[in-house]
Amino acid sequence: MHETTNSVGLAQPQRAHFDTPLTLTGGAVLSSFDLVYETYGELNASRSNAVLVCHALSGNHHVAGWHADNPMNIGWWDNLVGPGKPLDTRKFFVVGVNNLGGCYGSTGPVTINPATGKPWGADFPVIVVEDCVASQARLADHLGIESWAAVIGGSLGGMQAMQWTLAYPERIRHALVIAAASKLTAQNIAFNEVARQAILTDPDFHGGHYFEHGVVPARGLRLARMLGHITYLSDDQMAEKFGRKLRREALQFNYDVDFEIESYLRYQGDKFAGFFDANTYLIATKALDYFDPAGSYGGDLPAALARAKAKFLVVSFSTDWRFAPERSREIVYGLVHNSLDASYAEIESSAGHDSFLLDDPHYHAVLRAYFEGIRL
Amino acid sequence: MTNVQGRFDFNIMADWIRPGEKVLDLGCGDGSLLRYLKDEKGVRGYGVDNDPDNVLACIKNGVNVVQINLEAGLSGFEDGFFDHVVMSLSLQTVRHTEQMLAEMLRVGREAVVSFPNFGHRSHREAIAGGRMPVSKILPYQWYNTPNVRFFTMADFEALCAERDIVIRERLAFDGEQVVTEEPNLNASIAAYRLGRGG
Repeated sequence: MHETTNSVGLAQPQRAHFDTPLTLTGGAVLSSFDLVYETYGELNASRSNAVLVCHALSGNHHVAGWHADNPMNIGWWDNLVGPGKPLDTRKFFVVGVNNLGGCYGSTGPVTINPATGKPWGADFPVIVVEDCVASQARLADHLGIESWAAVIGGSLGGMQAMQWTLAYPERIRHALVIAAASKLTAQNIAFNEVARQAILTDPDFHGGHYFEHGVVPARGLRLARMLGHITYLSDDQMAEKFGRKLRREALQFNYDVDFEIESYLRYQGDKFAGFFDANTYLIATKALDYFDPAGSYGGDLPAALARAKAKFLVVSFSTDWRFAPERSREIVYGLVHNSLDASYAEIESSAGHDSFLLDDPHYHAVLRAYFEGIRL
Repeated sequence: MTNVQGRFDFNIMADWIRPGEKVLDLGCGDGSLLRYLKDEKGVRGYGVDNDPDNVLACIKNGVNVVQINLEAGLSGFEDGFFDHVVMSLSLQTVRHTEQMLAEMLRVGREAVVSFPNFGHRSHREAIAGGRMPVSKILPYQWYNTPNVRFFTMADFEALCAERDIVIRERLAFDGEQVVTEEPNLNASIAAYRLGRGG
Protein backbone atom coordinates (compact mmCIF):
# COMPACT_ATOMS: atom_id res chain seq x y z
CA MET A 1 0.00 0.00 0.00
CA HIS A 2 1.27 3.47 -0.74
CA GLU A 3 2.54 5.69 2.02
CA THR A 4 0.99 9.10 2.16
CA THR A 5 3.69 10.64 4.34
CA ASN A 6 6.63 12.13 2.44
CA SER A 7 5.20 10.87 -0.83
CA VAL A 8 4.97 12.95 -3.95
CA GLY A 9 1.47 11.46 -4.14
CA LEU A 10 -0.35 10.91 -7.37
CA ALA A 11 2.07 10.81 -10.28
CA GLN A 12 0.92 11.81 -13.73
CA PRO A 13 2.81 10.29 -16.67
CA GLN A 14 3.25 12.78 -19.49
CA ARG A 15 4.35 12.46 -23.08
CA ALA A 16 6.57 14.71 -25.17
CA HIS A 17 6.74 14.35 -28.95
CA PHE A 18 9.84 15.33 -30.90
CA ASP A 19 9.71 15.92 -34.64
CA THR A 20 13.33 16.81 -35.27
CA PRO A 21 15.09 13.67 -36.50
CA LEU A 22 17.56 12.07 -34.09
CA THR A 23 20.64 10.45 -35.61
CA LEU A 24 21.69 7.57 -33.44
CA THR A 25 25.22 6.48 -32.65
CA GLY A 26 24.73 3.29 -34.64
CA GLY A 27 23.86 5.31 -37.75
CA ALA A 28 20.07 4.88 -37.84
CA VAL A 29 17.85 7.95 -37.82
CA LEU A 30 14.62 8.26 -35.87
CA SER A 31 12.51 10.73 -37.83
CA SER A 32 10.47 11.44 -34.74
CA PHE A 33 10.10 10.00 -31.26
CA ASP A 34 8.18 10.25 -28.01
CA LEU A 35 9.46 10.26 -24.47
CA VAL A 36 7.22 9.44 -21.53
CA TYR A 37 8.14 11.17 -18.29
CA GLU A 38 6.92 12.20 -14.86
CA THR A 39 7.75 15.26 -12.82
CA TYR A 40 7.62 15.92 -9.09
CA GLY A 41 7.88 19.24 -7.31
CA GLU A 42 7.84 22.64 -8.97
CA LEU A 43 10.29 24.14 -11.43
CA ASN A 44 11.43 27.40 -9.85
CA ALA A 45 11.30 30.75 -11.62
CA SER A 46 14.99 30.70 -12.54
CA ARG A 47 14.64 27.08 -13.74
CA SER A 48 17.68 26.17 -11.69
CA ASN A 49 16.28 23.37 -9.53
CA ALA A 50 15.70 20.58 -12.03
CA VAL A 51 17.06 17.11 -11.33
CA LEU A 52 16.94 14.31 -13.88
CA VAL A 53 16.66 10.75 -12.60
CA CYS A 54 17.97 8.16 -15.07
CA HIS A 55 16.85 4.58 -14.77
CA ALA A 56 18.71 1.30 -14.94
CA LEU A 57 18.19 -1.73 -17.16
CA SER A 58 14.56 -2.47 -16.36
CA GLY A 59 13.40 0.81 -14.85
CA ASN A 60 11.13 3.50 -16.17
CA HIS A 61 9.86 7.04 -15.77
CA HIS A 62 7.76 6.21 -12.71
CA VAL A 63 10.31 7.22 -10.09
CA ALA A 64 8.06 8.24 -7.19
CA GLY A 65 4.48 8.36 -6.02
CA TRP A 66 1.71 6.17 -7.35
CA HIS A 67 -0.59 5.99 -10.34
CA ALA A 68 -4.30 6.74 -10.23
CA ASP A 69 -5.17 3.50 -11.99
CA ASN A 70 -2.91 1.47 -9.73
CA PRO A 71 -2.24 2.85 -6.24
CA MET A 72 -0.04 -0.19 -5.55
CA ASN A 73 2.36 0.85 -8.32
CA ILE A 74 4.85 2.84 -6.27
CA GLY A 75 7.72 4.52 -8.12
CA TRP A 76 10.99 2.56 -8.18
CA TRP A 77 12.97 5.20 -6.29
CA ASP A 78 10.17 6.41 -4.04
CA ASN A 79 12.38 5.97 -0.97
CA LEU A 80 14.68 8.67 -2.35
CA VAL A 81 12.35 11.17 -3.99
CA GLY A 82 9.67 13.12 -2.17
CA PRO A 83 9.00 16.00 0.21
CA GLY A 84 11.53 15.68 3.04
CA LYS A 85 13.32 12.78 1.39
CA PRO A 86 17.00 12.89 0.39
CA LEU A 87 16.08 14.18 -3.08
CA ASP A 88 13.63 16.67 -1.64
CA THR A 89 10.83 17.71 -3.98
CA ARG A 90 10.25 20.83 -1.87
CA LYS A 91 13.62 22.08 -3.12
CA PHE A 92 13.99 20.31 -6.45
CA PHE A 93 11.93 19.76 -9.58
CA VAL A 94 12.52 16.10 -10.31
CA VAL A 95 12.10 14.52 -13.73
CA GLY A 96 11.91 10.79 -14.43
CA VAL A 97 12.00 9.63 -18.03
CA ASN A 98 11.61 6.29 -19.75
CA ASN A 99 14.67 5.69 -21.92
CA LEU A 100 14.39 5.76 -25.65
CA GLY A 101 14.12 2.11 -26.67
CA GLY A 102 12.26 1.35 -23.45
CA CYS A 103 8.95 -0.44 -23.13
CA TYR A 104 6.99 1.86 -20.87
CA GLY A 105 5.69 4.34 -23.44
CA SER A 106 8.76 6.04 -24.88
CA THR A 107 9.46 5.20 -28.50
CA GLY A 108 10.92 1.72 -28.63
CA PRO A 109 10.45 -1.81 -29.95
CA VAL A 110 6.86 -2.08 -28.68
CA THR A 111 5.67 1.20 -30.19
CA ILE A 112 4.41 1.58 -33.73
CA ASN A 113 6.94 2.13 -36.52
CA PRO A 114 5.37 4.93 -38.57
CA ALA A 115 6.91 3.47 -41.73
CA THR A 116 5.09 0.14 -41.40
CA GLY A 117 2.18 0.78 -39.07
CA LYS A 118 3.33 -2.22 -37.02
CA PRO A 119 5.38 -2.46 -33.81
CA TRP A 120 9.07 -1.86 -34.46
CA GLY A 121 10.07 -5.14 -32.82
CA ALA A 122 13.55 -6.22 -33.89
CA ASP A 123 13.72 -3.39 -36.43
CA PHE A 124 14.12 -0.86 -33.67
CA PRO A 125 17.72 0.33 -33.73
CA VAL A 126 20.16 -0.25 -30.89
CA ILE A 127 20.04 2.69 -28.51
CA VAL A 128 23.22 3.45 -26.59
CA VAL A 129 23.83 5.64 -23.56
CA GLU A 130 24.85 8.55 -25.80
CA ASP A 131 21.49 8.30 -27.61
CA CYS A 132 19.48 8.16 -24.38
CA VAL A 133 21.23 11.30 -23.20
CA ALA A 134 20.76 13.07 -26.54
CA SER A 135 17.03 12.33 -26.34
CA GLN A 136 16.94 13.53 -22.72
CA ALA A 137 18.51 16.81 -23.85
CA ARG A 138 15.53 17.26 -26.15
CA LEU A 139 13.26 16.69 -23.17
CA ALA A 140 15.22 19.30 -21.18
CA ASP A 141 14.66 21.76 -24.06
CA HIS A 142 10.97 20.86 -24.07
CA LEU A 143 10.70 21.54 -20.32
CA GLY A 144 12.64 24.80 -20.62
CA ILE A 145 15.55 23.45 -18.55
CA GLU A 146 18.79 24.96 -19.75
CA SER A 147 20.91 23.17 -17.18
CA TRP A 148 20.17 20.45 -14.67
CA ALA A 149 21.01 21.14 -11.04
CA ALA A 150 21.84 17.45 -11.04
CA VAL A 151 21.51 14.24 -12.99
CA ILE A 152 21.40 11.10 -10.87
CA GLY A 153 21.30 7.45 -11.77
CA GLY A 154 22.36 4.00 -10.67
CA SER A 155 23.96 1.35 -12.87
CA LEU A 156 22.97 2.13 -16.49
CA GLY A 157 21.44 5.31 -15.07
CA GLY A 158 24.80 6.25 -13.56
CA MET A 159 26.38 5.86 -16.97
CA GLN A 160 23.82 8.31 -18.32
CA ALA A 161 24.62 10.80 -15.56
CA MET A 162 28.30 10.54 -16.51
CA GLN A 163 27.51 10.86 -20.21
CA TRP A 164 25.58 14.07 -19.50
CA THR A 165 28.77 15.65 -18.13
CA LEU A 166 30.64 14.71 -21.32
CA ALA A 167 28.02 15.45 -23.98
CA TYR A 168 26.56 18.58 -22.40
CA PRO A 169 29.11 19.90 -19.92
CA GLU A 170 27.36 23.27 -19.77
CA ARG A 171 23.98 21.73 -19.05
CA ILE A 172 24.69 19.75 -15.88
CA ARG A 173 26.03 21.14 -12.61
CA HIS A 174 26.17 17.96 -10.53
CA ALA A 175 26.40 14.31 -11.51
CA LEU A 176 25.55 11.57 -9.04
CA VAL A 177 27.03 8.39 -10.47
CA ILE A 178 25.93 5.43 -8.39
CA ALA A 179 26.87 1.75 -8.63
CA ALA A 180 28.11 2.41 -12.14
CA ALA A 181 31.25 2.05 -14.24
CA SER A 182 32.91 3.93 -17.06
CA LYS A 183 32.91 0.66 -18.96
CA LEU A 184 31.86 -2.91 -18.36
CA THR A 185 34.42 -5.59 -17.67
CA ALA A 186 34.59 -8.72 -19.84
CA GLN A 187 32.84 -10.61 -17.05
CA ASN A 188 30.01 -8.10 -16.99
CA ILE A 189 29.59 -8.21 -20.77
CA ALA A 190 29.64 -12.00 -20.51
CA PHE A 191 26.63 -11.99 -18.20
CA ASN A 192 24.79 -9.72 -20.63
CA GLU A 193 25.62 -12.03 -23.50
CA VAL A 194 24.23 -15.07 -21.70
CA ALA A 195 21.05 -13.10 -21.01
CA ARG A 196 20.80 -12.14 -24.66
CA GLN A 197 21.40 -15.70 -25.83
CA ALA A 198 18.60 -16.88 -23.58
CA ILE A 199 16.25 -14.50 -25.39
CA LEU A 200 17.66 -14.89 -28.90
CA THR A 201 17.47 -18.70 -28.79
CA ASP A 202 13.95 -18.86 -27.41
CA PRO A 203 11.83 -20.49 -30.15
CA ASP A 204 9.21 -17.81 -29.53
CA PHE A 205 11.69 -15.01 -30.34
CA HIS A 206 11.08 -15.21 -34.11
CA GLY A 207 13.97 -12.94 -34.95
CA GLY A 208 12.50 -10.30 -32.67
CA HIS A 209 9.14 -10.14 -34.50
CA TYR A 210 7.32 -12.19 -31.91
CA PHE A 211 4.30 -9.89 -31.79
CA GLU A 212 3.51 -10.87 -35.37
CA HIS A 213 3.30 -14.45 -34.16
CA GLY A 214 1.16 -13.61 -31.20
CA VAL A 215 3.76 -14.78 -28.68
CA VAL A 216 6.55 -13.42 -26.51
CA PRO A 217 9.88 -15.12 -25.74
CA ALA A 218 8.94 -15.51 -22.09
CA ARG A 219 11.28 -18.43 -21.43
CA GLY A 220 14.30 -16.49 -22.64
CA LEU A 221 13.33 -13.34 -20.82
CA ARG A 222 12.74 -15.38 -17.67
CA LEU A 223 16.19 -16.93 -17.84
CA ALA A 224 17.78 -13.57 -18.56
CA ARG A 225 16.14 -12.11 -15.49
CA MET A 226 17.04 -15.06 -13.28
CA LEU A 227 20.67 -14.71 -14.29
CA GLY A 228 20.55 -10.97 -13.76
CA HIS A 229 19.07 -11.39 -10.30
CA ILE A 230 21.88 -13.67 -9.21
CA THR A 231 24.43 -11.07 -10.23
CA TYR A 232 22.59 -8.17 -8.59
CA LEU A 233 22.67 -9.87 -5.20
CA SER A 234 25.70 -10.79 -3.14
CA ASP A 235 26.73 -14.26 -2.09
CA ASP A 236 26.43 -13.23 1.56
CA GLN A 237 22.98 -11.81 1.14
CA MET A 238 21.73 -14.89 -0.70
CA ALA A 239 23.19 -17.09 2.03
CA GLU A 240 21.49 -14.99 4.66
CA LYS A 241 18.15 -14.70 2.89
CA PHE A 242 17.85 -18.21 1.45
CA GLY A 243 20.75 -20.35 2.57
CA ARG A 244 19.87 -23.94 1.77
CA LYS A 245 16.32 -23.55 2.99
CA LEU A 246 13.95 -26.00 1.37
CA ARG A 247 10.60 -25.13 -0.10
CA ARG A 248 9.11 -28.36 1.24
CA GLU A 249 10.18 -30.54 4.11
CA ALA A 250 12.35 -32.94 2.14
CA LEU A 251 14.31 -33.09 -1.07
CA GLN A 252 12.08 -34.01 -4.02
CA PHE A 253 14.52 -36.00 -6.14
CA ASN A 254 13.12 -34.39 -9.25
CA TYR A 255 13.49 -31.06 -11.05
CA ASP A 256 10.76 -29.15 -9.33
CA VAL A 257 11.68 -26.56 -6.78
CA ASP A 258 13.72 -27.95 -3.90
CA PHE A 259 15.44 -24.85 -2.53
CA GLU A 260 13.91 -21.50 -1.65
CA ILE A 261 16.40 -19.74 -3.91
CA GLU A 262 15.03 -21.67 -6.88
CA SER A 263 11.52 -20.64 -6.00
CA TYR A 264 12.61 -17.02 -5.65
CA LEU A 265 14.38 -16.95 -8.99
CA ARG A 266 11.50 -18.64 -10.81
CA TYR A 267 9.06 -16.20 -9.29
CA GLN A 268 11.18 -13.17 -10.21
CA GLY A 269 11.76 -14.54 -13.71
CA ASP A 270 8.09 -15.26 -14.34
CA LYS A 271 7.02 -11.89 -13.01
CA PHE A 272 9.49 -10.06 -15.19
CA ALA A 273 8.71 -12.07 -18.32
CA GLY A 274 5.08 -11.17 -17.82
CA PHE A 275 5.55 -7.47 -18.41
CA PHE A 276 8.96 -6.59 -19.83
CA ASP A 277 9.76 -6.51 -23.53
CA ALA A 278 12.50 -8.82 -24.78
CA ASN A 279 13.75 -6.45 -27.48
CA THR A 280 14.06 -3.64 -24.95
CA TYR A 281 16.05 -5.99 -22.75
CA LEU A 282 18.41 -6.74 -25.63
CA ILE A 283 18.85 -3.06 -26.39
CA ALA A 284 19.48 -2.08 -22.78
CA THR A 285 22.15 -4.75 -22.33
CA LYS A 286 23.88 -3.49 -25.49
CA ALA A 287 23.72 0.05 -24.14
CA LEU A 288 25.57 -1.20 -21.05
CA ASP A 289 28.14 -3.16 -23.08
CA TYR A 290 28.91 -0.35 -25.53
CA PHE A 291 29.37 2.45 -23.00
CA ASP A 292 33.05 3.37 -22.90
CA PRO A 293 33.69 7.11 -23.08
CA ALA A 294 37.43 6.46 -22.84
CA GLY A 295 37.30 4.20 -25.90
CA SER A 296 37.88 7.02 -28.35
CA TYR A 297 40.73 8.29 -26.16
CA GLY A 298 42.78 5.11 -26.41
CA GLY A 299 41.32 3.90 -23.12
CA ASP A 300 42.50 7.02 -21.30
CA LEU A 301 39.58 7.78 -18.97
CA PRO A 302 41.11 10.93 -17.44
CA ALA A 303 41.48 12.31 -20.98
CA ALA A 304 37.86 11.45 -21.75
CA LEU A 305 36.69 13.21 -18.60
CA ALA A 306 38.57 16.41 -19.46
CA ARG A 307 35.44 17.80 -21.11
CA ALA A 308 33.39 17.52 -17.92
CA LYS A 309 32.67 20.58 -15.82
CA ALA A 310 30.15 19.22 -13.34
CA LYS A 311 30.78 18.39 -9.72
CA PHE A 312 30.51 14.68 -8.99
CA LEU A 313 29.35 12.38 -6.28
CA VAL A 314 30.40 8.81 -7.00
CA VAL A 315 28.94 6.04 -4.86
CA SER A 316 29.62 2.32 -4.82
CA PHE A 317 28.63 -0.57 -2.58
CA SER A 318 31.05 -2.92 -0.87
CA THR A 319 29.39 -6.16 -2.02
CA ASP A 320 28.48 -5.03 -5.55
CA TRP A 321 30.48 -7.40 -7.72
CA ARG A 322 28.64 -6.60 -10.94
CA PHE A 323 29.67 -2.92 -10.73
CA ALA A 324 32.49 -3.24 -8.25
CA PRO A 325 33.85 -0.36 -6.14
CA GLU A 326 37.06 -0.56 -8.16
CA ARG A 327 35.14 0.64 -11.24
CA SER A 328 33.85 3.64 -9.31
CA ARG A 329 37.32 4.47 -8.00
CA GLU A 330 38.61 4.57 -11.59
CA ILE A 331 36.05 7.28 -12.30
CA VAL A 332 37.02 9.20 -9.18
CA TYR A 333 40.73 9.16 -10.00
CA GLY A 334 39.90 10.35 -13.51
CA LEU A 335 37.94 13.24 -12.06
CA VAL A 336 40.73 14.15 -9.64
CA HIS A 337 43.15 14.12 -12.57
CA ASN A 338 41.05 16.87 -14.11
CA SER A 339 40.84 18.75 -10.80
CA LEU A 340 37.08 18.44 -10.85
CA ASP A 341 35.15 18.63 -7.62
CA ALA A 342 34.39 15.03 -6.73
CA SER A 343 33.54 12.97 -3.71
CA TYR A 344 33.43 9.22 -3.40
CA ALA A 345 31.56 7.15 -0.86
CA GLU A 346 31.89 3.39 -0.66
CA ILE A 347 28.84 2.21 1.21
CA GLU A 348 29.09 -0.88 3.41
CA SER A 349 26.15 -3.00 2.32
CA SER A 350 25.40 -6.69 2.06
CA ALA A 351 22.88 -6.30 -0.76
CA GLY A 352 25.17 -6.27 -3.81
CA HIS A 353 24.32 -4.22 -6.88
CA ASP A 354 20.70 -3.85 -5.79
CA SER A 355 21.91 -1.78 -2.83
CA PHE A 356 21.52 1.39 -4.83
CA LEU A 357 17.74 0.99 -4.73
CA LEU A 358 17.57 0.39 -0.98
CA ASP A 359 17.31 2.95 1.78
CA ASP A 360 20.38 2.14 3.83
CA PRO A 361 20.56 5.02 6.37
CA HIS A 362 24.18 5.96 5.69
CA TYR A 363 23.72 5.79 1.90
CA HIS A 364 20.69 8.02 2.08
CA ALA A 365 22.41 10.37 4.53
CA VAL A 366 25.22 10.80 1.99
CA LEU A 367 22.78 11.53 -0.83
CA ARG A 368 20.78 13.88 1.38
CA ALA A 369 23.88 15.80 2.42
CA TYR A 370 25.00 16.09 -1.18
CA PHE A 371 21.63 17.32 -2.43
CA GLU A 372 21.38 19.77 0.48
CA GLY A 373 24.74 21.18 -0.55
CA ILE A 374 23.60 21.94 -4.10
CA ARG A 375 23.11 25.66 -4.41
CA LEU A 376 20.36 26.75 -6.78
CA MET B 1 46.44 32.96 13.62
CA THR B 2 42.85 31.86 13.31
CA ASN B 3 42.18 28.74 15.22
CA VAL B 4 40.37 26.20 13.06
CA GLN B 5 37.99 24.16 15.17
CA GLY B 6 40.43 24.02 18.04
CA ARG B 7 43.03 22.22 15.95
CA PHE B 8 45.96 24.60 16.19
CA ASP B 9 48.17 22.34 14.10
CA PHE B 10 45.86 23.21 11.21
CA ASN B 11 47.10 26.76 11.34
CA ILE B 12 50.71 25.71 11.10
CA MET B 13 49.96 23.51 8.16
CA ALA B 14 47.81 26.17 6.53
CA ASP B 15 50.76 28.56 6.78
CA TRP B 16 52.86 26.19 4.73
CA ILE B 17 50.31 26.05 1.94
CA ARG B 18 50.08 28.80 -0.65
CA PRO B 19 46.91 30.13 -2.26
CA GLY B 20 45.54 28.13 -5.17
CA GLU B 21 47.54 24.99 -4.45
CA LYS B 22 46.34 21.44 -4.98
CA VAL B 23 46.21 19.66 -1.67
CA LEU B 24 45.53 16.09 -0.62
CA ASP B 25 44.56 15.68 3.03
CA LEU B 26 45.06 12.13 4.29
CA GLY B 27 42.85 11.19 7.21
CA CYS B 28 40.90 14.39 6.65
CA GLY B 29 38.27 13.79 9.35
CA ASP B 30 35.31 16.08 8.90
CA GLY B 31 37.14 18.17 6.31
CA SER B 32 37.68 21.24 8.53
CA LEU B 33 41.22 21.86 7.31
CA LEU B 34 40.20 21.56 3.66
CA ARG B 35 37.20 23.81 4.25
CA TYR B 36 39.51 26.38 5.81
CA LEU B 37 42.06 26.10 2.99
CA LYS B 38 39.31 26.33 0.39
CA ASP B 39 37.70 29.40 1.95
CA GLU B 40 40.87 31.25 2.95
CA LYS B 41 43.33 30.24 0.27
CA GLY B 42 41.30 29.06 -2.68
CA VAL B 43 42.97 25.69 -2.40
CA ARG B 44 41.67 22.86 -4.57
CA GLY B 45 41.65 20.04 -2.12
CA TYR B 46 40.67 16.43 -1.76
CA GLY B 47 40.34 14.62 1.50
CA VAL B 48 40.92 10.93 2.02
CA ASP B 49 39.20 9.12 4.84
CA ASN B 50 37.86 5.62 5.30
CA ASP B 51 35.43 6.34 8.13
CA PRO B 52 31.87 6.55 6.78
CA ASP B 53 30.91 9.21 9.34
CA ASN B 54 33.86 11.36 8.32
CA VAL B 55 32.97 10.96 4.64
CA LEU B 56 29.46 12.13 5.41
CA ALA B 57 30.79 15.03 7.50
CA CYS B 58 33.02 16.13 4.62
CA ILE B 59 30.10 16.09 2.19
CA LYS B 60 28.10 18.17 4.68
CA ASN B 61 31.10 20.46 4.94
CA GLY B 62 31.15 20.90 1.17
CA VAL B 63 34.63 19.51 0.65
CA ASN B 64 35.78 16.79 -1.71
CA VAL B 65 36.38 13.47 -0.03
CA VAL B 66 37.49 10.13 -1.39
CA GLN B 67 36.67 7.10 0.72
CA ILE B 68 39.62 4.77 0.47
CA ASN B 69 41.70 2.80 2.91
CA LEU B 70 45.01 4.62 3.35
CA GLU B 71 46.76 1.36 4.11
CA ALA B 72 45.80 0.19 0.63
CA GLY B 73 47.94 3.00 -0.73
CA LEU B 74 47.57 6.03 -2.93
CA SER B 75 48.18 4.17 -6.18
CA GLY B 76 45.19 5.86 -7.85
CA PHE B 77 46.79 9.29 -7.55
CA GLU B 78 49.36 10.42 -10.07
CA ASP B 79 53.01 11.26 -9.47
CA GLY B 80 53.56 14.83 -8.39
CA PHE B 81 49.92 15.80 -8.89
CA PHE B 82 49.55 17.66 -5.59
CA ASP B 83 51.50 20.61 -4.28
CA HIS B 84 51.10 19.38 -0.74
CA VAL B 85 50.00 16.11 0.76
CA VAL B 86 48.92 16.67 4.34
CA MET B 87 48.58 14.23 7.18
CA SER B 88 47.48 15.84 10.40
CA LEU B 89 48.02 13.82 13.58
CA SER B 90 47.45 10.54 11.77
CA LEU B 91 50.88 9.19 10.80
CA GLN B 92 51.00 7.20 14.05
CA THR B 93 47.79 5.40 13.06
CA VAL B 94 49.27 4.06 9.82
CA ARG B 95 50.95 0.68 9.93
CA HIS B 96 53.21 1.09 6.90
CA THR B 97 54.85 4.36 7.87
CA GLU B 98 57.72 4.14 5.40
CA GLN B 99 55.51 3.38 2.42
CA MET B 100 53.09 6.08 3.50
CA LEU B 101 55.78 8.73 3.53
CA ALA B 102 57.12 7.51 0.19
CA GLU B 103 53.65 7.63 -1.32
CA MET B 104 53.00 11.11 0.06
CA LEU B 105 56.18 12.34 -1.58
CA ARG B 106 55.36 10.51 -4.79
CA VAL B 107 51.96 12.13 -5.33
CA GLY B 108 52.94 15.44 -3.73
CA ARG B 109 55.73 17.93 -4.30
CA GLU B 110 55.95 18.25 -0.54
CA ALA B 111 54.44 16.44 2.42
CA VAL B 112 53.22 18.07 5.57
CA VAL B 113 52.83 15.84 8.61
CA SER B 114 52.07 16.38 12.25
CA PHE B 115 52.12 13.76 14.97
CA PRO B 116 52.15 13.41 18.73
CA ASN B 117 55.69 13.26 20.05
CA PHE B 118 56.01 10.15 22.16
CA GLY B 119 59.31 11.55 23.43
CA HIS B 120 57.60 14.31 25.41
CA ARG B 121 58.74 14.60 29.02
CA SER B 122 55.38 13.52 30.42
CA HIS B 123 55.37 10.41 28.26
CA ARG B 124 58.89 9.52 29.34
CA GLU B 125 57.87 9.98 32.96
CA ALA B 126 54.89 7.70 32.50
CA ILE B 127 57.08 5.00 31.00
CA ALA B 128 59.68 5.49 33.75
CA GLY B 129 56.83 5.03 36.21
CA GLY B 130 55.99 1.78 34.50
CA ARG B 131 52.84 2.84 32.62
CA MET B 132 52.12 3.70 29.00
CA PRO B 133 51.57 7.44 28.54
CA VAL B 134 48.07 8.90 28.54
CA SER B 135 47.89 12.63 27.90
CA LYS B 136 45.89 15.33 26.18
CA ILE B 137 47.52 14.47 22.88
CA LEU B 138 47.55 10.73 23.59
CA PRO B 139 44.16 10.36 25.22
CA TYR B 140 43.82 6.62 24.70
CA GLN B 141 44.56 3.63 26.83
CA TRP B 142 47.00 1.10 25.41
CA TYR B 143 44.15 -1.32 24.74
CA ASN B 144 41.90 1.03 22.79
CA THR B 145 44.28 3.35 21.01
CA PRO B 146 43.97 3.77 17.24
CA ASN B 147 47.72 4.43 17.20
CA VAL B 148 49.81 1.58 15.89
CA ARG B 149 53.24 3.23 15.63
CA PHE B 150 54.92 4.86 18.59
CA PHE B 151 57.80 7.17 17.74
CA THR B 152 59.57 10.31 18.86
CA MET B 153 60.71 13.33 16.89
CA ALA B 154 64.23 11.89 16.99
CA ASP B 155 62.98 8.57 15.61
CA PHE B 156 61.13 10.32 12.83
CA GLU B 157 64.08 12.46 11.87
CA ALA B 158 66.34 9.43 11.80
CA LEU B 159 63.95 7.72 9.40
CA CYS B 160 63.88 10.81 7.17
CA ALA B 161 67.68 10.87 7.05
CA GLU B 162 67.79 7.19 6.23
CA ARG B 163 65.19 7.44 3.49
CA ASP B 164 66.57 10.62 1.87
CA ILE B 165 63.57 12.68 2.94
CA VAL B 166 64.51 16.33 3.38
CA ILE B 167 63.09 18.19 6.35
CA ARG B 168 62.41 21.68 4.97
CA GLU B 169 60.77 23.07 8.06
CA ARG B 170 59.96 21.86 11.53
CA LEU B 171 57.77 23.27 14.27
CA ALA B 172 57.33 21.81 17.73
CA PHE B 173 54.66 22.64 20.28
CA ASP B 174 53.69 21.94 23.81
CA GLY B 175 50.01 22.69 24.10
CA GLU B 176 49.84 25.73 21.86
CA GLN B 177 53.26 27.07 22.88
CA VAL B 178 56.09 26.90 20.38
CA VAL B 179 58.99 24.86 21.71
CA THR B 180 62.51 25.64 20.55
CA GLU B 181 64.61 24.10 23.29
CA GLU B 182 65.05 20.35 23.27
CA PRO B 183 61.85 19.78 21.34
CA ASN B 184 62.07 16.01 21.56
CA LEU B 185 61.79 16.35 25.31
CA ASN B 186 59.54 19.39 25.57
CA ALA B 187 57.17 19.20 22.62
CA SER B 188 53.96 17.17 22.63
CA ILE B 189 53.27 17.76 18.92
CA ALA B 190 55.63 18.07 15.99
CA ALA B 191 54.89 19.30 12.50
CA TYR B 192 57.17 18.88 9.50
CA ARG B 193 57.33 20.12 5.96
CA LEU B 194 59.06 17.43 3.92
CA GLY B 195 60.52 17.16 0.45
CA ARG B 196 62.26 14.58 -1.64
CA GLY B 197 66.01 14.42 -1.36
CA GLY B 198 68.43 14.29 -4.26
